[in-house]
Amino acid sequence: MIRRVSVVLSLAIAFCCPAFVAAQSAGQSGGELHFCLHGEPKTFNPLLVEDGQSETIRYLTGGVLIRLNRQTQALEPGLAVSWKVSEGGRKISFRLRTGLHFSDGTPFTSEDVAYTMKALMDPQLHSPTGDSFRSGEGQIAVQTPSADTIVVTFPAPVAGLERLFDQVAILSAHSPKKEMAVLGPFYVADYNPGSYVLLQRNTNYWKKDKEGKPVPYLDSIRLDIQRNHDIEILRFRRGEIHLINSLDADLFDRLQKESPAAAHDAGPSLDSEQLWFNQVPTAALADYKKAWFRSTEFRKAISLAINRADLSRIVYAGHARPAYGPISPANHFWFNSALPAPQYDSAAALRLLARAGFRFDGSTLRDGLGNRVEFTVITSTGNKPREQMVAMIQQDLSQIGIKVNMVTLDFPSLIERITRTFDYEACLLGFTNSDIDPNSQMNVWLSSAENHQWNPRQSKPATAWEAEIDRLMQTQASATSDKKRKADWDRVQQIVAEQQPFIYLINRDAMSAISPAVIGSAPSVLDPHAFWNADVLRLGLDPSLGAQK
Amino acid sequence: MIEIKKFPSLFRLALRRSVFLVCLGLCGALVSATLVRFAPGYGVEERELDPRWSASSVEALRRQQALHQGLPSFYFHYLSALAHGDFGESDSLKRPVRDLLRQRLPVTGSSVLRGLGLAWLSASLLALLGLISRGWLFEASAMAFNSLLLSLPSAVVAMLAVHLRTPVFFAIAVVVFPRLYSYIRNLLLRAYDQPHVLAARARGVGSHVILCRHVLPLAAPPLLALLGVSFAISFGAAIPIEALCDSPGLGQLAWHAALGRDLPLIVNVTLVVSLVMLAANFFADLAGRTIAEGAP
Amino acid sequence: MKPLQKVAASILCVIFVLTVVATFLMPAHYARQFRDIPNAGPSTAHPLGTDALGRDSLSRLLYGTRVSLLLAPAAALLSTLIAALLGSAAGLLGGWFERIVLAATDLSLALPWLFLLLVVRALLPLDVPPLVSVVIAFLMMGLLGWQASVRVICAAARGVRDSDFLLLARSSGCKPVRLLLRHVAPNLRPLFYAQFFISIPLFILTEANLSILGLGVMEPMPSWGNLMRGLEDFSALSANPWRLVPLVLLVIVVMCFQLVLPSQEVTQ
Repeated sequence: MIRRVSVVLSLAIAFCCPAFVAAQSAGQSGGELHFCLHGEPKTFNPLLVEDGQSETIRYLTGGVLIRLNRQTQALEPGLAVSWKVSEGGRKISFRLRTGLHFSDGTPFTSEDVAYTMKALMDPQLHSPTGDSFRSGEGQIAVQTPSADTIVVTFPAPVAGLERLFDQVAILSAHSPKKEMAVLGPFYVADYNPGSYVLLQRNTNYWKKDKEGKPVPYLDSIRLDIQRNHDIEILRFRRGEIHLINSLDADLFDRLQKESPAAAHDAGPSLDSEQLWFNQVPTAALADYKKAWFRSTEFRKAISLAINRADLSRIVYAGHARPAYGPISPANHFWFNSALPAPQYDSAAALRLLARAGFRFDGSTLRDGLGNRVEFTVITSTGNKPREQMVAMIQQDLSQIGIKVNMVTLDFPSLIERITRTFDYEACLLGFTNSDIDPNSQMNVWLSSAENHQWNPRQSKPATAWEAEIDRLMQTQASATSDKKRKADWDRVQQIVAEQQPFIYLINRDAMSAISPAVIGSAPSVLDPHAFWNADVLRLGLDPSLGAQK
Repeated sequence: MIEIKKFPSLFRLALRRSVFLVCLGLCGALVSATLVRFAPGYGVEERELDPRWSASSVEALRRQQALHQGLPSFYFHYLSALAHGDFGESDSLKRPVRDLLRQRLPVTGSSVLRGLGLAWLSASLLALLGLISRGWLFEASAMAFNSLLLSLPSAVVAMLAVHLRTPVFFAIAVVVFPRLYSYIRNLLLRAYDQPHVLAARARGVGSHVILCRHVLPLAAPPLLALLGVSFAISFGAAIPIEALCDSPGLGQLAWHAALGRDLPLIVNVTLVVSLVMLAANFFADLAGRTIAEGAP
Repeated sequence: MKPLQKVAASILCVIFVLTVVATFLMPAHYARQFRDIPNAGPSTAHPLGTDALGRDSLSRLLYGTRVSLLLAPAAALLSTLIAALLGSAAGLLGGWFERIVLAATDLSLALPWLFLLLVVRALLPLDVPPLVSVVIAFLMMGLLGWQASVRVICAAARGVRDSDFLLLARSSGCKPVRLLLRHVAPNLRPLFYAQFFISIPLFILTEANLSILGLGVMEPMPSWGNLMRGLEDFSALSANPWRLVPLVLLVIVVMCFQLVLPSQEVTQ
């Protein structure tokens, strides 16, 4: 009997050992990374990417000439071994890697880069990627002197030209699979609409690790389509997914209490939340309100009266920093560190308002004409942090006698009000900056542009400071060195601090959740925070995960 | 027994009503088209806020939206395309609406049918048990449990379903069950207290025989009517529950379409939902009427 | 009244009285933020603790009860009036009018009413005071919630249509409007009352559902629905069980309404 039991036990151990060993070695490479997309990807064509989901897929599947290292914020060679920018940013020449193939085996040459650039710069193509390169009227000129060199000449200098190539995934000019043939670490193997996107390892990927082994280590990545953030974090807790790229502060806190090893706060991100007043002259507002919103002292007083420290402490549980300008301190090079720190001083706010002709009787603030100072802030429905911020701003401003109402609107109605009808008084929204180079914000600062939110599409600058910003925008766009551009941008940040057209509130931290089973992760403040180095990520064993799914 | 010669008239009635239903469904679809078209935020896209777009691209975007401007022409094109089986293309998801419906309808249908089945089964069982036992403790507990379920907002039920990892059909069953239980219980009680049933009980006829031969046939017409209504209720409840539980069914699609002002999608989803609900009510009415007419 | 109904009615009365005198019972204004103590547990100063912004939860619950309990009857009244008018007319006139009304009822159940609520919110002028926007929200619910009662009222009116006194009135030349208002409606009054009282808990639940979705009463004004948005974090509930109080109160009130009211047909 005992002998039989011991035989059975030995056999069992013998069977389990290889499995255990296999599992161990599976921890060294292979496995399927699981995480979620917050919606359907709209396109797999990298040139047409405009939504976050498609951008994620482009990042994981696209081969780019120059890659921005999300951790060091430096540019690294990708498909291009080297490059040279000349003629003040009008021309760029690349020397490409040789002997590479697309995921379907089609050879990669400079012809593919030429094809991609021509398609990107086609005037009929409307995409954020292409528009970033459009610095002036005219067509680009592309020369391919050899199979591994290419020269692209733009009609006008493009500021921060090299960095923009991080967004350009090279398409094959000849492959029958068109945009599905890729040069990145993974390729799209399966797409079940409404359910998931499956990416498989691209065995033709050019990169190798330090030991010369091919990457990526992962066999595949499964992206489940999951809109609900609460369900996403539940699934993360259960081990069904390995990471959450971007977490809200309250979800982050919940996770940090339960599994501190999984919650990562990489520090302030490039994103900001801001409040602005409607300064459109033709808006359907009372004249006295238009006068308030156009008064610099009024805006500066509002900015002084808002307690940003409380906003970051309470709404974001400390996972945000007070913000004062368009460029986040996380953007080491472009941030103007000489700017004064944001202040909270209600008394100073009242003094400024008194100088502007407002009167505070202890409970109510009135303007020079006797009108009670009251306005409505609109923000987007379903965004709890924004609703909470407006509620806190209501209390802060009530201390200087200003009554603030809050109205939450669904996004299309909100956008209609701020871009078409201009039927609003103040708006609180956040902006996501995916690009370090502030040149991507050109359409925010140019007075004639669409996204000059407080008063867009001006035929000529309404104020002297907006005229100065316009001039600085033009100068920095054609400047030959980043140092000169930085001086211009420093001045822009200074003007914004003085004039407060946007009252910047906070810069959110870049928070992500990464399971301890994911080896090699290094969360960064730049997007994608958690999987920017997906090609070198590995899956290890984690008891909370059970079997690797 | 139902007379054979009544079939042709029933068939004609069914055909007439079906045509009426389809026209009504189309009306519903067109009403929602008008609603969407004139709602604030129509034709506006979130990508307009992206500063990377150039002015000419934003112009091109806006011109594209202008394609849907004329409502009468939209009606005309929609109806003529529908006659060829073309449901149009979703503005936000950029996929044919027919594919989306084909993919999502089975998910919702499955949740609704399973939820409804579970609700009916549990409500009927509980009602029958109450009928047989007639104990006050059982009655009171059943009523308290029923009241509790009826008092829970369906959004809270959905949140619980997400947290407890129960499937969507379970949440639907929880929402529908209390609406069925008290009605079924009252129906069965009323049927059980009929004079001829009392007489059968007094003669010592077995409870199973009484139930099957006397109570159920009497309660059958209103129960069938209830079936139709409960199907409509389940379908209606499924939509917000699916949106909250993030289940890839019609509910989530409808919510996404509403938020995105996706005209082709909303119109078609409304059409499908109206047809289903109207058909459910109609067939329930028809079945009830047929059995009532055919009953001796 | 059965003893259970008496108990339920007394509970409702107590809660109703509490909502009326809420202003005197609230430890602090419902919007006041005690920023040093966000998410605090119960204490003498804050018997139900504070919420994420440090606002007193008991004050918000009392005020929210007032919002939900006082406005739900308003919505119920509006929906009952509409249902009474439509249902009685349909039942009385019968024929194609009845068929159209019933078909329109079924159809309106299928329409995207959530979308309609989104639209109404977006159309409201921005300078409308928060209380007015809350009242409008409930009125919208009333305008959209009449379908449930129409079938029942129509069936009852159909029954009255064939009664002797109505035949007499009709044969003496009574016009349809007068028939409706002087003869049918008074006979259906008990049914109208029943439908009115049945609708109240339904609208309380509807408001709760809408506020959880973010479409109901706007911040910072509290209501049961937006107080329950805090229930999303289930894992924290075991550590902070007092956060369940709004849900418990809602369930108690709705259950009491059901016990007090006549037994309801499946109408929704």
